[in-house]
Amino acid sequence: MTDDLSGIDVLVVGGGNAAMAAALSAREVGASVLVLESAPKDFRAGNSRHTRDLRCMHDAPTNVMAGAYTEDEFYKDIQSVTGGQTNEQLARMTIRASATCTEWMKRQGVRFQRALGGTLQLGRTNAFFLGGGKAMMNAYYDQAERVGIRVVYNAEVVDLKVEDGKFESATAMVAGKPVEVRAKVVVAASGGFEANLDWLKEAWGPEADNFLIRGTPYNKGKVLKKLLENGVESVGEAKQGHMVAIDARAPKFDGGIVTRLDCVSLGIVVNRNGDRFYDEGEDFWPKRYAIWGRLVANQPEQIGYCIIDSKAMGKFMPSVFPPDTAQNIGELAKILKLPVEKVVATVKAYNDAVQLGTFNHDVLDDCKTSGLDPEKTHWALRIDKPPFYAYGLRPGLTFTYLGLKVDEHARAQMKGGKGARNIFAAGEIMVGNILGKGYTAGIGVTIGTVFGRIAGREAASQALHPVETRKDTKVEEFVHAAD
Amino acid sequence: MLPTELLQEGEHLMTVCNACRYCEGYCAVWQTMESRLVFVESDLNYLANLCHNCGECFYSCQYSPPHEFNINPPKTLAKIRLYTYGLYAWPGPLAKAFCKNGLLVSLLAAAVLIAFLLAASLALGSRLWEPVRGGDFYQIIPHSVMALTFSVVGSFSALALLIGFLRFWRDSGESYSTLANPVALFRAAKDVLSLKNLDNDGAGCSYPREKSSEALRWFHHATFYGFLSCLVATTLGAIYYYVFGWHGPPGFLSLPVIFGTVGGIGLVIGPIGLFVLLRRRNREIVDENQSGMDLAFIVLLLLISISGLLLLLLRQSAAMGTLLVVHLGFVMTLFLTMPYGKFVHGIYRSGALLKWALERSRQSENKAKA
Ligand SMILES: Cc1cc2nc3c(=O)[nH]c(=O)nc-3n(C[C@H](O)[C@H](O)[C@H](O)COP(=O)(O)OP(=O)(O)OC[C@H]3O[C@@H](n4cnc5c(N)ncnc54)[C@H](O)[C@@H]3O)c2cc1C
Ligand code: SF4
Ligand code: SF4
Repeated sequence: MTDDLSGIDVLVVGGGNAAMAAALSAREVGASVLVLESAPKDFRAGNSRHTRDLRCMHDAPTNVMAGAYTEDEFYKDIQSVTGGQTNEQLARMTIRASATCTEWMKRQGVRFQRALGGTLQLGRTNAFFLGGGKAMMNAYYDQAERVGIRVVYNAEVVDLKVEDGKFESATAMVAGKPVEVRAKVVVAASGGFEANLDWLKEAWGPEADNFLIRGTPYNKGKVLKKLLENGVESVGEAKQGHMVAIDARAPKFDGGIVTRLDCVSLGIVVNRNGDRFYDEGEDFWPKRYAIWGRLVANQPEQIGYCIIDSKAMGKFMPSVFPPDTAQNIGELAKILKLPVEKVVATVKAYNDAVQLGTFNHDVLDDCKTSGLDPEKTHWALRIDKPPFYAYGLRPGLTFTYLGLKVDEHARAQMKGGKGARNIFAAGEIMVGNILGKGYTAGIGVTIGTVFGRIAGREAASQALHPVETRKDTKVEEFVHAAD
Repeated sequence: MLPTELLQEGEHLMTVCNACRYCEGYCAVWQTMESRLVFVESDLNYLANLCHNCGECFYSCQYSPPHEFNINPPKTLAKIRLYTYGLYAWPGPLAKAFCKNGLLVSLLAAAVLIAFLLAASLALGSRLWEPVRGGDFYQIIPHSVMALTFSVVGSFSALALLIGFLRFWRDSGESYSTLANPVALFRAAKDVLSLKNLDNDGAGCSYPREKSSEALRWFHHATFYGFLSCLVATTLGAIYYYVFGWHGPPGFLSLPVIFGTVGGIGLVIGPIGLFVLLRRRNREIVDENQSGMDLAFIVLLLLISISGLLLLLLRQSAAMGTLLVVHLGFVMTLFLTMPYGKFVHGIYRSGALLKWALERSRQSENKAKA
C-alpha cells in the first residue's frame, strides 16, 4: 500500500474546492497527482459541498452574472468587512484572478445557473452553481477521474514530516492503518479547524461547547497544526472566523444552509435572562448575518431567542425547523423556559417604544424605537399580532481564519520570512491572509479556487522542474496566461 | 388522503428543500416550490407529477442519504406520484390496479391472448393457419368486429383518462375554466413535446445513473413519437376505409403503412432503450413498487411493435392469421390497461406542466401589476 501511494509528484491533502482546484491544475500541466481526502466518498468535499456561489470580478455582464463588479468595488467590499485587516496585494491579486474562475470551472465540467435566476439578490457579484456546491464538486471529481488523478477516501493525514522547510512525507490513516506517503511537493488544502472542538475550546473557552458547526465534521485542522509546529508562519487569530446565528436545533455538524435563520430584523432577540442585547434593525441581511453569530456567542449560555408575531411570517426565508408558537408572549416564554415576567416586560417596553413609520424591509426604513437601550433602529414594528413565534439562535461556526501565511504563489512562508521549499496552501487553511475578520458572501470559494489553481500550477512546475533550475512564474502573467 | 408516513416524508422534503433552494436551476419542480411557503397535500400531488424523475437533484443534494436529513426528491416524489395515480383513477375501485400492476398487466395480456386465439380458432377453424390472398386482415377478423371492439374499449379508456385528468386538475386547485388558456396550452405542449425538463440546457439528466446524458430523453422521444406515428397510421387507415371506401389492405408505400412502419421502428428502439436504462437505474432513487408497472408497459409496447412489424412482413404467409390475433391481443391489452398503468404518467405530467405554465403567466401578470 505504501509503495502504491508514494512516488507521485504532487500530494494534495483535502478534498474540497481548493484541493480539487489544485489537483486539476497540477494535472493540467502534466504532474502526477494524489488526493488524500479524510471523509468517505459520500461526505467528500468538506464545506465546499455546502456552498452555492462564488464572488467574481467582471467588467461587463457575463452569462452567469449580471452587470459589472469592478476590482475596486470588490476590494472596497473586502476592506469594509475586514475593517482593513487584509493584505492588499494578495487581496487584489485574488480579485483579478477571480475574473477567470467561472470559465475555468466550466472547463472542468462545473455548471452554473444562468444570470438573474430565481430569488437571487447576489446575481451581480456572485455566480451560482447549478444544483449547488455538491454538484460543483461532483463535476470536479468526475473530471479528476477522466484526467487520471488518484483520489483516496477515508484517508486522514495525521502527520507530516518537514525538515527545514522541506516536506518529506505525510502519514495518512488509510482504512485505519498508518501509511507513509512520499511526494515531491505537497499542497495543504485541508480546511480550517472548525470541527476540532478541543481547539475551539482552547481559543474560546468553555463557550465553544455550545457552538454548532455548520459544515463538515472532517476539518479538524490536523495538517494546519502540524505545519505550524514545523515552523510555518501563522496568520490570523484563533477566535476569528465566519460565524453566523443559526437555528438552535441544528445538528452539531453538517446542518448546512437550511439551518440559517433571518428573522432577527423582523422582531426582537432576547437572551437567556429575557433581555434584549443588540440593535436587531441595524443593517441588512449579509452584514446582519455575519455579526449575529458572534453576538449570540457572547450571551450567557450562548443562546438567543428571536421573537416575532404573525405579521412577520412569510417575510423571511423559511427555516427547516418549525418555530415555537403561542397565543400570548407569556405562554411563549414559558415554552422557551425563559423568565416569563421578564420577557413580557421586555416585549412591552419594546412595543411602547416603537415609533410609527412606514415599514419597508428593502430599505433602511424609518420604523424605529425611541428611548430603549439598545434601540432598534429600523424595521421596528410592534409585536402584537398573535399567534407569536420564537426561534432559538445559536452561534453557527462556518470556518476559522487562523491559518498558514502564504505569498502570491500560494507558497507557505516559514517563520523568519523564507518561503517553504515545497509546501503550498490553498483555501480555508490560508484564508486568514485575506480575511483578518468578517466575511462577504462567496469569497470562501473564490479564495479556494484562485489559490488552489495557483498552488496546483506552482506545485506541478516545482515537481517537474526542480527548484534550482526553475524560474518562478510572474503572478500577473500567470493570472492572465491561465485563460 | 396520502398515507401519513408518505405525507410526512413529503412535508419533510418540502421543508428542507424550501429552506435550501440550491436546486432552483433544475426542473419546473423547484421554481414551483419557491412560489409557495406552505405545502398542502394537493401541492405535493401536483409537484410529484411535475417531477420527471431525472435524478439530477438527488446527486447534487448535500442532504441525500446517508446524511441524517435523508433527502431523496426523486424517490419521495415517485412514491407520491404512484399514490396519485390511484387517487385520480376512474372508476375508483379500479385504482387497485396500481398495486402489483406488472403482474396484473401480464395476466391480462395472457388472458386476452388466449381468449382471442380461442375465439378465432373457434370461428375460423383451420383457416386461421392458412395464408390469405393479398394478406387481407379482414378475411381473418371482419372489419366490423375489429372496429366495434376497439372503439368500445378505446372510448372507455379515453373517458377514464379524461376523468382522471379532470380529477387531477381539480385536485391541483384549478377550475375547468382555466383549462382554455391558449398561451399556457402552447407552452405546456412545447414542454411535453420537447421534454425540456429532462434537458438541462443540453446536458441531459442523471438517468439511469449519476452521469448526465440525453439517453432518457431520446429513447422517450422514440417511444412517444413512435406511438404517435402508429396512432396516425391507424387513423389514416380508418379514413381510407370509411371516407375513401378503400377496403383492401393498404400497399407497402401507402401512408398508413409508412407511418405504421416508422412508428413501429420507433416503438422497437425506444422501449428497448428504456428497458436497458431501466435495468441500469440507480436503485437508491427508485420506488420499487413501480418497477413492475414500468416494465410491463415497456414490454407491452415492444410486443405490440414487434408483432405489428412481423405482421407487415409476413402478411402473405400462413403465419398471418396467428400474428394478427396476437398483435391485436397486445393492442387490446394496452387499450384496456391505459388508464390503469404507466400510460397515465403522460396524462398527469402534461396536466402538471399545463398548470405550471398557467402559474408562470399569473406570476408575470402579478409582477407587471406590482
Ligand atoms: C453551509 C455553508 C455554506 C457555505 N456557502 C458558501 C458559499 O455559498 N460561497 C462561498 O464562497 N463559501 C461558502 N461557504 C464557505 C466555503 O465552504 C469555504 O470557504 C470553502 O468551501 C473552503 O474550501 P476548502 O477547500 O478550503 O475547504 P473544504 O471544502 O472544507 O475542504 C477541506 C477538505 O479537507 C479534508 N480534510 C480535512 N482534514 C484533513 C486531513 N487531515 N487529511 C485529509 N483530508 C482532510 C476535508 O475532508 C475536506 O474535504 C459555506 C460554508 C458552509 C459551511
Ligand atoms: S434536493 Fe437537496 S440540494 Fe436540492 S433543494 Fe432540496 S435540499 Fe437543497
Ligand atoms: S428528479 Fe429531476 S425532475 Fe425530479 S425534481 Fe429532481 S431535478 Fe426535477
